[in-house]
Formats: sequence, structure tokens, C-alpha cells
Amino acid sequence: MNARRDIAAGIRAVLPAMLAAAPFGLLFGALAVDNNFTVGETVLMSATIFAGASQMVGIDLFGDKIAPWLIVLSIFAVNFRHVLYSAVIGRQMRAWSALQRYVAFFFLVDPQFAESEKRVESGRPLTFAWYMAGGLTFYTTWIVEGWLGATFGKMVDNPAAYGVDFLLPIYFLGLVMGFRRRANWLPVVAASAVGSIIAYVLVGSPWHVSIGALCGVAVAAVIGAKPAGEAVE
Amino acid sequence: MEFSTITWIVLAGALATYLTRIGGHLILSRFKTIHPRVEAALNAVPAAVLTTLVAPAAVFTGPAETATVIVCALAAFYLPGMAVFVIGWAAVLAFRALIG
Repeated sequence: MNARRDIAAGIRAVLPAMLAAAPFGLLFGALAVDNNFTVGETVLMSATIFAGASQMVGIDLFGDKIAPWLIVLSIFAVNFRHVLYSAVIGRQMRAWSALQRYVAFFFLVDPQFAESEKRVESGRPLTFAWYMAGGLTFYTTWIVEGWLGATFGKMVDNPAAYGVDFLLPIYFLGLVMGFRRRANWLPVVAASAVGSIIAYVLVGSPWHVSIGALCGVAVAAVIGAKPAGEAVE
Repeated sequence: MEFSTITWIVLAGALATYLTRIGGHLILSRFKTIHPRVEAALNAVPAAVLTTLVAPAAVFTGPAETATVIVCALAAFYLPGMAVFVIGWAAVLAFRALIG
């Protein structure tokens, strides 16, 4: 039990994700104000929804004068992948109290989930201190970025000129490659890639995420995994 | 206190998002034992979901971005995550300058 070391490690784990997400936090703030959000509403959105892609979809749809319930449904659709995240990482939180779990789930964004899985895979314990240190660090910077973007407008004038618009795919790719020693990794990644690309063309965003992920997960379920010393069926 | 329409949409969206973040755990924790195939499916979730956040961007953004993803994927076999990230950043700038 070494809470201070866990806290430092938790913060360190989310630093690359913070760097990758920063331009999007700023961009979100600037776009929200462009779509008639007040600075207060922009900060509220970052602080309560705390999910970048769905926030972008939300402000985009709001600009189009779409029915409120449809906007909420779209946010739900974009964030549907989190259902899988909580099912997976919840298995590692059995030693935590229920309150700790339900607080922690609020912070279960993509990088938080991926870094937690990496932590478990490396054999180190997933403690509440480690998890919340990273989660709160990422959360706080995300809110501040939204506020900065909303207050000072488009500080990143042309994100493509600095390559920052492509940092998130690069970061996520690094995570995908980091899981390459897991069972069924190659067929899963191939199925998800093909599934998401086809769905992106035929159905469109954001559905390609859920459809592609289900393709990969289904392939893993079909292949199954042989637990040590046991037959699969 | 009067809330704007935006505020209500945001709060409803926040509730919907939180439900997705607890939903999987609520469902799974009802089962005492987990079938090996479900176990295999759950273990595939990180790679399966994160791949969908990369693949369309890698294919449809442009040749410079496709080249960047290939370079990063190869580099990831030999280097730690942070190094791959920095190489990817440099690569996307270089490829955009070279091939647009």
C-alpha cells in the first residue's frame, strides 16, 4: 500500500492522453461558443458529460435546431462503447467499495479505460488512488481547456498546420498496439478495422464505433480463449 | 432558478453518458460466473473499441495520415508508447509537407 506512489503513477499514466486531447478540449470550447453556448454552459458540458466526441456531436446538432431528445440520444449513441468499458474494468474493482466504483465510473473515458487495462496487464494493482489521480487530472485539464477555448476563441487557428488534429488517432493507435500480446489480438483488430471502415461508409459516424467494436468482440467470442489447463467447451 | 434549453440537454446528456459508464458493470455484476466466451469477448474490448477510433481516420483522412499510421504501427513493435506518439506527431507533419 503506497498511496503517494500510486497517485504519482496515475498522473503520469494520463499525461500523453492529456497532450493528445488538449487541442480538442480547446476546439470544443471555441466551437461551443460559435454554436451559441455561453461560457458557463460550455464548462458545464465538459464538467458533466466529460466525453469529447459526444460533446462535439452535441454542439453540432444543437446548431442544426434538432429536437432535444434526439441530441441526447446521439450523445448516448456516441458514448455507448462505455458500456463495454465498465463491464471490463468493473471486474478489476471488486475490492473497492460500491461508492468508490460508482464515483470511478464517472471518469471512465477512453484513455482512463485503456491505461487502467494496461496497468492490470502489467501485474500492478488497480487501486482507487491510482485511478482517481489520473482521472481527476485528466478531468480538470479537460474542463480548463473547454473554458479557455470558450473564453479566448480559436487559439489554435489551423490545427492541421501543427499536426495536432491527428494526435488522437496516433495516441489510440499506440494503445491498440500495446495490447498486441492479448489472446486473439490480430483477428480482433482486423475485424474491428474492417467493420468500422465499412460501417463508416454505409451507416456513418458515430455508429461505426459501436458496429466495428461489436465485430471485433464477436470474433473473440467465436474463437474463444483457452484458459490454462482447461478445455474451452 | 431558470435553466436554458442547452442546460437541460447537457444535463440529460450527462445522465445518459453516466448510464453508459455504469451500465456494463451493472449487467455483468449480476452474474456469478462468466462464460469463457464472454470472458474472451471482454478481454478483446480494449483493442476492438480503440481500433474503431483509428481505422476510418487512417483510411479516409488522406495519404499522409495513412502513411503516418503505418509508420506508428511498425514503430510500436520496437518502442514504448510515448516514443511512438512523438514519432507519429513528427511523421504526420513530415508526410503532410511531402505528400499532402
